[in-house]
Amino acid sequence: MSGLNRLGLIEARELLRRRAISAVELTQSCLAAMERGRRLNAFITETPEKALAMAQAADARLARGEGRLLEGLPIAVKDLFCTAGVRTTAASRMLANFVPFYESTVTAKLWAEGAVLLGKTNLDEFAMGSSNTTSAFGPVINPWTPPGASPGLVPGGSSGGSAAAVAAFLCPAATGTDTGGSIRQPASFCGIVGIKPTYGRCSRWGIVAFASSLDQAGAFARSVADAALLLQAMSGFDPKDSTSADLPVPDWPASLAPRVRGLKIGIPKEYRVPGMPAEIEALWARGAEWLRAQGAEIVEVSLPLTRYALPTYYIVAPAEASSNLARYDGMRYGLRVAGRDLVDTYKRSRGEGFGAEVRRRILIGTYVLSAGYYDAYYLKAQKVRRKIVDDFRRVFEICDALLTPTAPSAAFRIGEKSEDPVSMYLNDVFTVPVNLAGLPGISVPAGLSREGLPLGLQVIGRPWDEATIFQVARALEEAAAFTAVPPGAVEV
Amino acid sequence: MSLDKATVARMAELARIAVPEHELDKLAGELSGILAWVEQLAEVDTEGVEPLRSVHPIHRSWRADEVTDGNCREAILANAPERENGYFVVPRVVE
Repeated sequence: MSGLNRLGLIEARELLRRRAISAVELTQSCLAAMERGRRLNAFITETPEKALAMAQAADARLARGEGRLLEGLPIAVKDLFCTAGVRTTAASRMLANFVPFYESTVTAKLWAEGAVLLGKTNLDEFAMGSSNTTSAFGPVINPWTPPGASPGLVPGGSSGGSAAAVAAFLCPAATGTDTGGSIRQPASFCGIVGIKPTYGRCSRWGIVAFASSLDQAGAFARSVADAALLLQAMSGFDPKDSTSADLPVPDWPASLAPRVRGLKIGIPKEYRVPGMPAEIEALWARGAEWLRAQGAEIVEVSLPLTRYALPTYYIVAPAEASSNLARYDGMRYGLRVAGRDLVDTYKRSRGEGFGAEVRRRILIGTYVLSAGYYDAYYLKAQKVRRKIVDDFRRVFEICDALLTPTAPSAAFRIGEKSEDPVSMYLNDVFTVPVNLAGLPGISVPAGLSREGLPLGLQVIGRPWDEATIFQVARALEEAAAFTAVPPGAVEV
Repeated sequence: MSLDKATVARMAELARIAVPEHELDKLAGELSGILAWVEQLAEVDTEGVEPLRSVHPIHRSWRADEVTDGNCREAILANAPERENGYFVVPRVVE
């Protein structure tokens, strides 16, 4: 059967349960699509043998009527999740040959529900970036790149490989991680759905750490319902992560309806940032109109600290990164470049192992944590962060959810913002505050730019209230009826 | 605050990252740009605000003090850059 690679998770699950298709056929279709889509550079490591073995095992269970939540569904995994026996690189030279012997909690949950691993997707090195151009394995090409255009468009980042793979129909869904927008911004750039749940919803155990107070795993898919299904399988308490929440995981797919009647949706006025393209502003207004037409009440709200969120983030995240990445010393695993003595070996290993952006962030982090500057930078940022959290708490006393654009632009060209780090950081202006406050956020494709590129809208919710943002996202999805297919979509 | 070459070299030393001499100037410029930009935080009044370290309260819970892991020397050594007789080999630490 052709075109199986285009099935969504829920559609495929239905066909698998009815035995209309087999998990092996579905997996083979995705593997063929991955092969044809290699020019996108979405995967760092493909795992075809493992995928087929997992699919065969899934078929055996399905035949016995013992299918679990994701039985036989092929998934791509961001190469930041440790996968036992499968190389895990974080897109860094430092870990180019690292093969973990343990499995991250999130991926272990996926396999325990019968999912099939297709491969490990490309990303910005150590998840530091907004364009997937800092990968040691080369940039990912956005499947929305117009045919013949050179250079290609970025897929966003850091989870650019996952987003490109789902958008180009190489796989029905993928995992990602989001520290400052790394799921939602690529979802917006690639025209798919991406959810970052509440901080603490998914275990961080076994995910290569970037900024631990901000990092959170999440899901990519081509529909809100599929994203809800994948997230459900990924979520849950883990005693191995002290920040994971001991709360029940709601059955999100079951309660998913485009219901917004009676909900109060806030429009934060400070998100109208200077220089925002008119088409983004128009899309945002249209999104609010869609929700109003379906019975939601739209209210303008104020988040006065918004403009300080990015500077806060670019102190907190590098500070945490500099201490997290201290572990890469070339002694027990990772790249070792021999030097004159121990310290010289550390320096050469880290100097050659880390790329330019990672080095920049470690140096900034080292500086803001260093004696004499700690109070002025790091402590100050932690105080502003509390005020940002308080801002959100106040608006959520009035609103059930917030509606914002996901990113201030559509996908840009590879190399376009690479010269100026700050202009690259500004991409995350609407997503970073959500991480600072630990809130759930989802991006839904809502329309196309004048150039025909996808644009996303973001819905932000109260802590632990993914259910409401899924509902609002469903309402947007229904109204937007986004069916555009990228020119780089793969046919099998 | 604008960072000079010497400060960047000192940070690189603290972070144990070898940075070639010819990259220091460019890096100093980039890092100064980032710092100048984050310094707008000084405008925010944070008098009496408690620094935030975790967005949700972290609940520490008791657990039995039991061995739950171990006996995996081979697996732990599998990624070692250099190994010998079941140990990591590292450069001399004490001269």
